[in-house]
Amino acid sequence: MACEHWTEKLDAYVDGELPAGEARALDEHLRECSSCATQTLRKVQQKRAIHAAGQKFKPDPAFRARIQKTIAAPKPTLWNRRWLPILATATSAVLLIAGALFLTLRGSKQQLISELVDQHVATLASANPVDVISTDRHTVKPWFAGKIPFTFNLPELQGSPFVLVGGRVSYLNQSPGAELIFRVRQHQISLFIFQDQELREAGMNEPARTALSFEVRTWRHNGLRYFVIGDASPQDLDKLSELIKAAG
Amino acid sequence: MPLFDRLYNFAHWLTQDRQEAEDLVQETYVKALKGFRSFQQGTNFRAWIYQILRNTFLTSRTGLKSTATVPLEPENENENLPASNDTPETILLQRSDQRLVQEALTRLSVPYREVLLLCEFEEMSYQEISATLAIPMGTVMSRLSRARRALRDTVQELQGA
Repeated sequence: MACEHWTEKLDAYVDGELPAGEARALDEHLRECSSCATQTLRKVQQKRAIHAAGQKFKPDPAFRARIQKTIAAPKPTLWNRRWLPILATATSAVLLIAGALFLTLRGSKQQLISELVDQHVATLASANPVDVISTDRHTVKPWFAGKIPFTFNLPELQGSPFVLVGGRVSYLNQSPGAELIFRVRQHQISLFIFQDQELREAGMNEPARTALSFEVRTWRHNGLRYFVIGDASPQDLDKLSELIKAAG
Repeated sequence: MPLFDRLYNFAHWLTQDRQEAEDLVQETYVKALKGFRSFQQGTNFRAWIYQILRNTFLTSRTGLKSTATVPLEPENENENLPASNDTPETILLQRSDQRLVQEALTRLSVPYREVLLLCEFEEMSYQEISATLAIPMGTVMSRLSRARRALRDTVQELQGA
């Protein structure tokens, strides 16, 4: 389909607001059209830039204490029955705020996954997708030494349908990690490895299976958190995940 | 108060002043507690409280002043914005310089600044933004598109300066 058809939908696409069917069709288009892929990448990068820039102002601790005092319910007295509705209101407020906290936490989990999906898409669209180009795991692994604060093992891929394309340093929540790019048939799969502790502090615990129509596999091992993301078949992702787990 | 930090951040972005931001957040919490019964269960709590904050801001002195200077524009027009000629280099520059983006955000008009922050920083859906700003979904989309373009132009201006 022509680019004009898609250009006006790119915003909704990067915002995750395009209906699933259209998003899949646009996925296909982006694989073939470098102009739309570049525009999408630019939009994703702008989104991330604004996201990062948006956190600028922190409330003063004294102000926080003042607000806490303001919204605390007044002490009940025995002869005054007015405390009942106040207590009810305060309880519902606490429940609601707990609910909002839950939503915020859940949001941050989804946000981390979608950030990784963004990085995967950016890698797909990039003219220089990898910083170290090699199909040899014995070249790729040492390249990361000194660039990230941990080490990891890569699987032997001979006899499997997967090919190691290369790797690059990736960042999540300001912590460095590794992104390894594999190819299976015509699909690219990214493997992200980060220190689990950093992600736990960011409130991320629950694994997700899919995000923005990408397949996602994630697990922990030896204090590291692994994410496998790609548009290959679920079976391929499972298979690659098993190989990586076996290499431990 | 898990939303407290975020509400404060948003308030400071709107008012561009610490004292005014504190007043705004305090008034928002007081109004939220008072008007708690008007909150309908099952609707979006976050959109509700942001809506209170924003309406309070709009009726404040700074809010009135900031919106009085915004020219009216045809927001529902389905015009096609021209494609951009950004090279990957300028894209990377935009991404890397956080302070530049913050400065550009500050220079945007309040309607553009708030819609960008709600979408990109608060990660609200179009529907939540529509509820918070009390504007139709179509307007959310067209305003976002214009705001993004305005931000990019401002960043480029600042880079050229």
